[in-house]
Amino acid sequence: MNFDLNKTQALFRQMIREFAEKEVKPLAAEIDEQERFPMETVKKMAELGIFGIPLPVEYGGAGGDNVMYSIAVEELSRVCATTGVVVSAHTSLCLAPIFEHGTEEQKKKYLPKLASGEWLGAFGLTEPNAGTDASAQQTTAVLEGDEWVLNGNKIFITNAGYAHVYVVFAMTDKSKGTKGISAFIVEADTPGFSVGKKELKLGIRGSATAELIFDNCRIPKDNLLGKLGGGFGIAMKTLDGGRVGIASQALGIAQGAMDETVRYTKERKQFGRSLSAFQNTQFQMADLETKVQASRLLVRSAAFKKDAGQPYSADAAMAKLFAAETAMEVTTKAVQFHGGYGYTREYPVERMMRDAKITEIYEGTSEVQRMVIAGKLFK
Amino acid sequence: MLVKKDYTGVYVFAEQREGVIQSVALELIGKARELADVLEEKVVAIFPGKGITDQCQTLIAHGADDVICIDHPELEFYLTEQYAQVVDQVVKAFRPSILLFGATTIGRDLAPRLSARLETGLTADCTKLEISETRELMMTRPAFGGNLMATIMCTEHRPQMSTVRPGVMQKLPADPNRQGTIIPFEPKFDKARFKVEMLENVKEDKGMVDIAEAKILVSGGRGVGNQEGFDRLRDLAEVLGAEVSSSRAMVDAGIIGHDRQVGQTGKTVRPDLYLALGISGAIQHLAGMEESDFIVAVNKDKFAPIFQVADLGIVGDVNKIVPLLTERLKGMIK
Amino acid sequence: MKIVVCIKQVPDTTEIKINPVTGTLIRDGVPSIMNPDDKGGLEMALRLKDAYGAEVTVITMGPPQADLVLREALAMGADKAILLTDRKFAGADTLATSNALAGAIRTLKWDLIVAGRQAIDGDTAQVGPQIAEHLDIPQISYVADLQWDGQRFLVKKETEEGYQRLAVAGPCLMTVLASGCKARYMSVRGIVDAYNKPVEIWGADHIEVDEEKLGLKGSPTRVAKAFTKGLKQAGEVFEVDAEEAVGIIISKLKEKFII
Repeated sequence: MNFDLNKTQALFRQMIREFAEKEVKPLAAEIDEQERFPMETVKKMAELGIFGIPLPVEYGGAGGDNVMYSIAVEELSRVCATTGVVVSAHTSLCLAPIFEHGTEEQKKKYLPKLASGEWLGAFGLTEPNAGTDASAQQTTAVLEGDEWVLNGNKIFITNAGYAHVYVVFAMTDKSKGTKGISAFIVEADTPGFSVGKKELKLGIRGSATAELIFDNCRIPKDNLLGKLGGGFGIAMKTLDGGRVGIASQALGIAQGAMDETVRYTKERKQFGRSLSAFQNTQFQMADLETKVQASRLLVRSAAFKKDAGQPYSADAAMAKLFAAETAMEVTTKAVQFHGGYGYTREYPVERMMRDAKITEIYEGTSEVQRMVIAGKLFK
Repeated sequence: MLVKKDYTGVYVFAEQREGVIQSVALELIGKARELADVLEEKVVAIFPGKGITDQCQTLIAHGADDVICIDHPELEFYLTEQYAQVVDQVVKAFRPSILLFGATTIGRDLAPRLSARLETGLTADCTKLEISETRELMMTRPAFGGNLMATIMCTEHRPQMSTVRPGVMQKLPADPNRQGTIIPFEPKFDKARFKVEMLENVKEDKGMVDIAEAKILVSGGRGVGNQEGFDRLRDLAEVLGAEVSSSRAMVDAGIIGHDRQVGQTGKTVRPDLYLALGISGAIQHLAGMEESDFIVAVNKDKFAPIFQVADLGIVGDVNKIVPLLTERLKGMIK
Repeated sequence: MKIVVCIKQVPDTTEIKINPVTGTLIRDGVPSIMNPDDKGGLEMALRLKDAYGAEVTVITMGPPQADLVLREALAMGADKAILLTDRKFAGADTLATSNALAGAIRTLKWDLIVAGRQAIDGDTAQVGPQIAEHLDIPQISYVADLQWDGQRFLVKKETEEGYQRLAVAGPCLMTVLASGCKARYMSVRGIVDAYNKPVEIWGADHIEVDEEKLGLKGSPTRVAKAFTKGLKQAGEVFEVDAEEAVGIIISKLKEKFII
């Protein structure tokens, strides 16, 4: 039993933390304020290999592991949750399913460019009428000769418009229910594919979230990902990995808010004493710190199990549930500790509180996580 | 075996650039005078350059007893090997007990090269030089980013070498009637070792002033925030006839050039008035300014370490106080 | 081209604080980092490697934990790493340190040696020029830019008044300013590989130097005493509104005849 990072993971954390502090943090407030996608940061991350961390070297990846990937999302989100989710959506929701389910040809075609960051990736599952109930897919794919023809809409798609490769789910046989759902790889320049309106959001405002529109969108037959009718399984498996990413994001947000609050309560004096000298502060912060550390152990454990090839679906759900709710609690209290200043954009905890909320919603709401955990418990 | 009595005299490398004697050379002569008086030995300036013979008297006027003048065309510009050969030959011929250099880009290039050639010790960036009861040189310098002071000695090797930062020692007032001896020295160059070629020597007006020379410094730190905040400091400096300087945070942020950084990795200053605005007072900053005559600090955090060295401290927002202070001073000066 | 880069692991001195009660250094929890000027030097070497092809070897002298900065250098793109570690090196001043490093470098093949201008824990700027003297090669210090024209290194050297352009053929040594070029980050791939590459560990018997010149024995300087400066008596501190604060400042400056 060893709870320490190994040497490679520790060296990686040193790099990503410095990168986050120097390159990402200075832009965090600005991209939030302007609702601007941080393209310059994406380019810098691409150069360092951050878009292919857990992918084997033979496909152009860095040959790292999911613990490192999780650390990357955590450390980026600690200073900027937007930047964290760009990496998470790309890696967990596009790179991973192509690597895990793709044919050798698909892997050779897509993975090197995704890993290098030349192409950004995204994932299209959610529809206006298929949210938590993902089985209610209305997008259809019909085989016509050598092409699949896709019709329908996907909403709330992270990285939409900036991604080149989309892993998209569509009904290939409505009569079979979830067994009639298949997964496809769609490239952004395909005729019939377009990106719709961009959502205006409460938090992670720099991340691009938009609708995908398929209007007789024709893709090659070979772009079917995995088996025909195997899409629902791919989606669920992919979301398990995505939950590790979002749990890491939530953990990062919580840690960032803790850092800010520790600093502020030490500096801020009221009634002649630092806020940190009041027992109320100390006890509340001790509770929060305990929850953050517990989140970290859950997140690391889920990532570790994924690397070890062990089942980790419930672990990912627990990590995501607990880290997300911790992030919400920590950031809300962080704003409270900051008082009036915390409510203003002068201090980053205001943004962190807005950013935290989404972690309880996407990649499966907290309620879905509880369903997954209970499902394992009572199976 | 080292016979210490064979080595006498406090020698100073008298740095000149394009024939202009550098202030640090005179400061070192001032300090050397004090050390030599304790030892009852001579102060000797080693003065290499081209066309510089007529300036030897300046060195004497500021306290040198002898000037070893090496006036040679090869020495027009400073190049490491040319100068190292000259000083090495002088040291071997004259055997000084102590040899001091200014901690300039020249002194800090030449002194370590020579210390290896002479196989003796060198202590960098000293802030204090004293003679011990055993007649050894005690060289005190900051280490660990100014957190620690160390007194270093070199008892078994000669000469005892040290570099001293400009602005740390005080020059003596010039006495034009002071008498001294000028000793011309003919170097024997080994030109085969001259491997570095100077292509260009460019003076750049980086808007550079030497903040070490300023009487008043308006100095900004992280609390000033951004470029806009720093512009307000410039306004205040203009009214006060001051120069602006900064802590490392502002230099790292690209708001101001490194030449205006005060502190361990920047410059040592001791103006009459140092206004520390939004500077928390990290120890490496204090190392560069705490000798200032009068320090006024403005900072939001009442427990900022800057207040421990400030003569007057104001807990408050620099970005509110600075414009107000500028206005009031403008009114007074009109 | 073969380049040797000398690096040092140093405490991040900006993180060191003084205990306000005892006046002693608080060293606990201060992170160890690659000395910033050395990192700038490594970056310059890696840029030469990127542009012209070169083999970059990093070398450090220090305790076994200094392995970490070598791994960092490997992850940034260095090809080989050497750790000089031996009790016989302990207690070295700059001259003894430069003798050890020069002794190690003598056993290597190289065209260029790069070192940082100075280390942030000692700020001496001595080891680079001393190595150059031991190896009997020219040095250029305060290097802000370094190019190669196929025959000579073309160097921009910072001075107090501006800069100089200098040219020198190899073999030679440069000491580099961190501000000269922004060092790259370790790449993820580089990090994954860093622990797969060997770090050679050399003791005193592996290098070409007289043992008398190493460690405490080979150090002409000795630290006679070390002390913290102690804190100056604090002046008056006022917590008042801006208007009143300005009044206090102005009256104080008048009192001191500054205005």
